[in-house]
Amino acid sequence: MMWFNIAKAQSFMPTQGTEIAKQVDNLYGFLLITSFIACVLVIGGMIYFVLKYKRKSDNDKTAYISHSTALEFLWSFIPLVIFLAVFAWGWYIYHGMRTMPKDALEINVLGKQWAWEVEYKNGYKAVNEIVVPVNTDVKLLLTSQDVIHSFFIPSFRIKQDAVPGRYTALWFRAEKLGEFHAFCAEYCGTTHSGMIGKVRVVTREEFDKYMEEGQEEGQLPLAKRGEKLFALKACASCHAVDNPAAKVGPSLFQVFGHEVVLADGSKVNADENYIRESILQPNAKVVKGFPQGVMPTFQGQINENELNALIEYVKSLK
Amino acid sequence: MGSHSSSAHGENYINCEKGLWSWLTTIDHKRIGIMYMIAVMFFFFVGGVMALLLRLELFAPNATAGVGQVLKNGDAYNQVLTYHGAIMVFMVIVPGIPAILGNFFLPIHLGAKDMAFPKINLLSWYVFMAGALLAVATFFLSKIDTGWTFYTPYSIRTGTSVVVMVVAAFIMGMSSILTGLNMIVTVHKLRAPGMTMHRMPLFVWAMYSTAILQLLATPVLGITLMLLAAEKIFGVGIFDPALGGDPVLFQHFFWFYSHPAVYIMILPAMGVISEIITAFSRKVIFGYTAIAYSSLGIAAVSFFVWGHHMFVSGQSELAGIMFSFITMLVGVPTAIKMFNWVATIYKGSVSFDSPMLFALGFLFLFAIGGVTGIMLATLPIDVHFHDTYFVVAHFHYVMVGGTLMALMGGFYYWFPKMFGKNFNEALARLSFVFIFIGFNVTFFPQFILGAMGMPRRYFDYIPNYEQLNKVSTVGSWLILIGFLIGLYAIVQGIRKGSKAVANPWGAKTLEWQTASPPPQFNFDVEPVVTAGPYEYR
Repeated sequence: MMWFNIAKAQSFMPTQGTEIAKQVDNLYGFLLITSFIACVLVIGGMIYFVLKYKRKSDNDKTAYISHSTALEFLWSFIPLVIFLAVFAWGWYIYHGMRTMPKDALEINVLGKQWAWEVEYKNGYKAVNEIVVPVNTDVKLLLTSQDVIHSFFIPSFRIKQDAVPGRYTALWFRAEKLGEFHAFCAEYCGTTHSGMIGKVRVVTREEFDKYMEEGQEEGQLPLAKRGEKLFALKACASCHAVDNPAAKVGPSLFQVFGHEVVLADGSKVNADENYIRESILQPNAKVVKGFPQGVMPTFQGQINENELNALIEYVKSLK
Repeated sequence: MGSHSSSAHGENYINCEKGLWSWLTTIDHKRIGIMYMIAVMFFFFVGGVMALLLRLELFAPNATAGVGQVLKNGDAYNQVLTYHGAIMVFMVIVPGIPAILGNFFLPIHLGAKDMAFPKINLLSWYVFMAGALLAVATFFLSKIDTGWTFYTPYSIRTGTSVVVMVVAAFIMGMSSILTGLNMIVTVHKLRAPGMTMHRMPLFVWAMYSTAILQLLATPVLGITLMLLAAEKIFGVGIFDPALGGDPVLFQHFFWFYSHPAVYIMILPAMGVISEIITAFSRKVIFGYTAIAYSSLGIAAVSFFVWGHHMFVSGQSELAGIMFSFITMLVGVPTAIKMFNWVATIYKGSVSFDSPMLFALGFLFLFAIGGVTGIMLATLPIDVHFHDTYFVVAHFHYVMVGGTLMALMGGFYYWFPKMFGKNFNEALARLSFVFIFIGFNVTFFPQFILGAMGMPRRYFDYIPNYEQLNKVSTVGSWLILIGFLIGLYAIVQGIRKGSKAVANPWGAKTLEWQTASPPPQFNFDVEPVVTAGPYEYR
């Protein structure tokens, strides 16, 4: 098994956060070694032959060897056996990867341009962060509200597309405490590469505490609730809040109560009504310098209480 | 058609008629090959510049101002990425070898005067150009940002000129079908006396297998793209989940074409390599029938492996297992070819002229591309590697390392025949060295980036990936230098090269039995074939 460890050390795979990751890396290590041997045989053989049979004069006599049935059978059969063995080994691991455990902790994950919205059974919502207890089976139910995204945790060696209009699932059992990246692997537009979440593996006690705090969210101050909602609805993908620099959309930093110049040159005061209108009908009054039709409407997706919280949050960006 | 001993008067396909108009209306397969060459080289240049821009952007994470911000935002990057992919696939690699070298040499290899349908041959060039220019025109409408795969529902939702682009791809597909049809009929009907199927050069076998794929697979792409256009214009509800459609269905349709298309790209390359290896080893090819039939085998099996692009798409687990199994089977004929080429060198008389260097480079890169292909066919490993830089590295090794190496090698191999001139060998070798080293420096680190988990199509990345991305970008500059040297060698060879003899390499196939450059109708006297193509004794 020493060979495996060498191969693994060379393979640059991220931390092994799960048992499945170890299994995948074992197979990958095996493939790395066999591939290396195959390449050495083919490329090494090629280099050896070209040097050994380098042309010496312009009328070198060459051998007339047109084929060899035994040799040809062997070098078709041996790769076939290796490939089928690799297939079978892969099938075994894949079976474990795709068999959903029965009593797993289920978490819903919604992909959207460009964030992951996470919802727990008790109704607690978070964005771009999944907190899970260590050594527990966790099942993620994935879907998307717009285009196809793909949920990818490199350290756990798992990936699954989040497809609009249907549910897909993946499961893992994290064995290491800590934070792990969760990327979007399926190209989804402008800030595809910014759609990065994290999976935080914590102890059971910490997890219970996290859930409790989440439950108390209703008692947060209005602006705090707005801040949370701002992240949850992925507003932060397009609007800066801590500096005046524009991202895809205009910055909201120190905007409230000031005059805003619109595309047609007219001016409007950024008050409660303007913020509300911009959330529900984003294309009604677009700020100068920004294209029409980029921001989606949130009409029907948030209620009056949430609107109040968002407006309160924008007010607080001083 | 009765131009007989024309070459005796020094007349050939280049100087038999003069003026631009005589080229634009030509039905000579050789001239059409040259016209494809000019077009493909131009598109390769455009696609290459875009690749350099992408690599420049990825030199540093965006947080580092300056170099990391060549393209001003994610949208610009995604557009350049899309055009790079679409141009390189549809306008460079798919037409590359079949349209340039295939057009020029397939009839000569068979001892024929021209293709079976010379006018359809010219038509396919015009159809190709119409499609290609329409595709380029979208750059001036609203640049598309879907990636060359046009995955739904993103392609339905994005506000860019996707419809024009898919119509362009549809048109180029028609050109591909016409070329394939022409080649199949030519192989079946126009072989010279004595040229049995089993005496055809392996390049012809490769082109023949490719042509079958073009004919059978391309219509599926055409239909798929038309459905996508219908979806965008009329909102039919085939792919859009908002209308009850299935977005994954598009992927099934798309890869049902595009996986065989991968072999449309690589089979011709394998044909070129077979020719070069045997000619520069001065030795009969090892396992002629195995190579010929493995081409057909690859072509046949390639229709049943498309689902390996979709292991994590939400298709059923059973489908994943089946596709993984069948994909493993494609590995076998591919491995057979590799072994045959190496065995051909055994006890040969090997010269290291530039075409042979490119062929050996091909074997090197294709070995790496091949073994990483097996890794990607392995289900649980692919789950980790899918849509990461590992895949990017793999398909560049196979498609660029493979096809482009073969195209360059074939180009230098046949250069004296095509233009009747010799190129500067030292420059050609120097170009190979830069391309080969640059290629490995660019793409090998991407295997590691992929294993580390960096997803593809990323405008920006987390700092862990910075060092390897820097290496990769530097590699792309070496490739650029290599191609510039190669371009110079080609242009200088055409303009000032010394006059080439009929058979500079001492090769055996038919094209070397006629003058360089060939006369208008290829042979002064119709050849009669009495033996196999590689009788080096």
